[in-house]
Amino acid sequence: MLQTLSIQKLQQAAKGIRRRVLEYVIKNNGGYLSQACSSAEMLSSLYLEIMNLGKVESPIMPLPFSGVPGQNNPDYFTGAMFNGPKAQSFDRFILSPSQYSLVLYAALIETGRMAPEGLEQFNKDGSTVEMIGAEHSPGMEIMSGSLGQGLSQAAGIAYARRLKGETGKTWVFMSDGEFQIGQTWEAMQTMSFYKLDNTGIYVDVNGYQCDGRTSSVMNIEPLDERLGSFGARVFKVNGHDIDELIAPSKLEPDGRPLVVLCYTNPYQGIEILKEYAPKFHYIRFKAEAERQRLSDFLKQTYGDSF
Amino acid sequence: MEILSKLHAKNLVQWAKDKPDVLVLSADLTSSTEIDLFRNTYPDRFISFGVAEQNMMSFAGGLAREGFFPFVHTFAVFIYRRAYDQIAMSISYPNLPVRMFGFLPGVTTPGGATHQAIEDISIIRSLPNMTILECGDATDVETVLDCAHAVNGPVYIRMLRGEIPRLFDKSEPMILRKSRQLSRGNDITILSSGICTEEAIRAVEALKKQGISITHLHISTLKPFNDSAVLEALSANKYGVITMENHTIIGGLGSIVAEKMAEQGTSNKLFRIGIKDTYLHGASREYLMKEYGIDATVLIRTVEDITDFRFNITEGDLKKVHIAPMHSDAKAEAL
Repeated sequence: MLQTLSIQKLQQAAKGIRRRVLEYVIKNNGGYLSQACSSAEMLSSLYLEIMNLGKVESPIMPLPFSGVPGQNNPDYFTGAMFNGPKAQSFDRFILSPSQYSLVLYAALIETGRMAPEGLEQFNKDGSTVEMIGAEHSPGMEIMSGSLGQGLSQAAGIAYARRLKGETGKTWVFMSDGEFQIGQTWEAMQTMSFYKLDNTGIYVDVNGYQCDGRTSSVMNIEPLDERLGSFGARVFKVNGHDIDELIAPSKLEPDGRPLVVLCYTNPYQGIEILKEYAPKFHYIRFKAEAERQRLSDFLKQTYGDSF
Repeated sequence: MEILSKLHAKNLVQWAKDKPDVLVLSADLTSSTEIDLFRNTYPDRFISFGVAEQNMMSFAGGLAREGFFPFVHTFAVFIYRRAYDQIAMSISYPNLPVRMFGFLPGVTTPGGATHQAIEDISIIRSLPNMTILECGDATDVETVLDCAHAVNGPVYIRMLRGEIPRLFDKSEPMILRKSRQLSRGNDITILSSGICTEEAIRAVEALKKQGISITHLHISTLKPFNDSAVLEALSANKYGVITMENHTIIGGLGSIVAEKMAEQGTSNKLFRIGIKDTYLHGASREYLMKEYGIDATVLIRTVEDITDFRFNITEGDLKKVHIAPMHSDAKAEAL
């Protein structure tokens, strides 16, 4: 159990993540909002308690886009700098569904890693703070917006780190929709075969995807049993409960890749979003009144200023 | 200019009304590819796969072997990059009539390198049995279904969605293996495809006022590439041929034309406007077209270089282009 003070800090950060994403969505008349509702506690727990990341000196201002990787582009950079310097004992973070980029940017701000003003560059031409982030975007270091490729790449990184004798872990954030993809299961089979217990996978099981309720688009349950039969060490937790989220990460590795299935609510903290069911994937306002209602909610819940 | 919204959604429902053997397949992008109305109208003919393109493609092959016509809908990039071997062996090898609708080609999505199909024509063109079609306006989108359905084999369609301008008269449908003649002249031949045709039309209008005589053809069938009007136009010009495409210059329209010119022994020069062997990044379509040099001004600069004239045509001299808002009722999300 965490100290009450620490829990409050994590809850506060989660609240801040929802607030920043909600603010953006109101301002821009739409966006990936339900992802913030479901995963805010997961990201605040990962960044503030679970992962052992290097510190950043002061919140980093995102750099403008400087070209894609190539032999003639020495200026190329990735967004890994926001997760602190790389070192053998430090952990690494891999975001698999880049549709969560805005939530990650908000989490980086809430945890003092990205300058708040950086979010103003979100989805602007020539910026790296992209709507669907790439490896140059804050907090990211691989290409993962084509769903299902993040886990295999993370497994490769974890395997390489073990070969090099590094002690740091590799944490992966995934969405439940990715468990419809064959490659995800190929990755799981490989991770358990090679006993990659230096990895931890946090899955946002919010039960919804672009087309609607996952159980009606293509069922993936029982996910815990499926993963267990693939050799993973699986825990089912309430994804909004900080203690439950953190507990599995503190266990001694036992040879199996760790998977924490975080059952979440796509309108957690912004209950009026419930009306959008089952279309939570991308919230867009059809009338000004909808926007006004969320705007009023934002003011009532979070006050006027940061 | 007339701008039409969610054309494919309504058109497909109408078109498929008396075709019970047409099935629509979706990989978790149902409203994003404008097939939500089809799903609601003919639920028995709609198959949901979730995020699982490889399985969807081979499954489509199975359906087609039993006499159905699978109309696969997803983003262009997810068709060929995620399921290439499945397309090759389950669909293209047995020459099955699977219609693959690839949405958001090239710069038409701000989703970044993971979402931008910049080499789809190049990749799919090298598969035997494939036919490749590309839409450039509302009339193309309305009439591409008949063209695709006339093919006894697999078809890949580079599709448009959301707000689309009407460049060609409603009464003049897309015709399989035929280009559209938009201008006739003998100084330069311009071949454009997809969204680049609108840009080329803007540039050609301004160039003609400067006295340049231009043949402009809009290409909608990229494979097979044997329209006699196009093949003749490759040599019938004084200065050379310009291709313009929303695709890498490697393997797309520019390469196709280069192959034809070499085979025909055409001695004219070829200038390829397109994405110059690089990945893109996430930004608006207008920005990307400028940044990667596939807009009207680049075509004008190219003609200036070829003819060695300076026309002093500015942005203001060009007809305004319709810029669709990032968020609108015409599409499911900001992609």
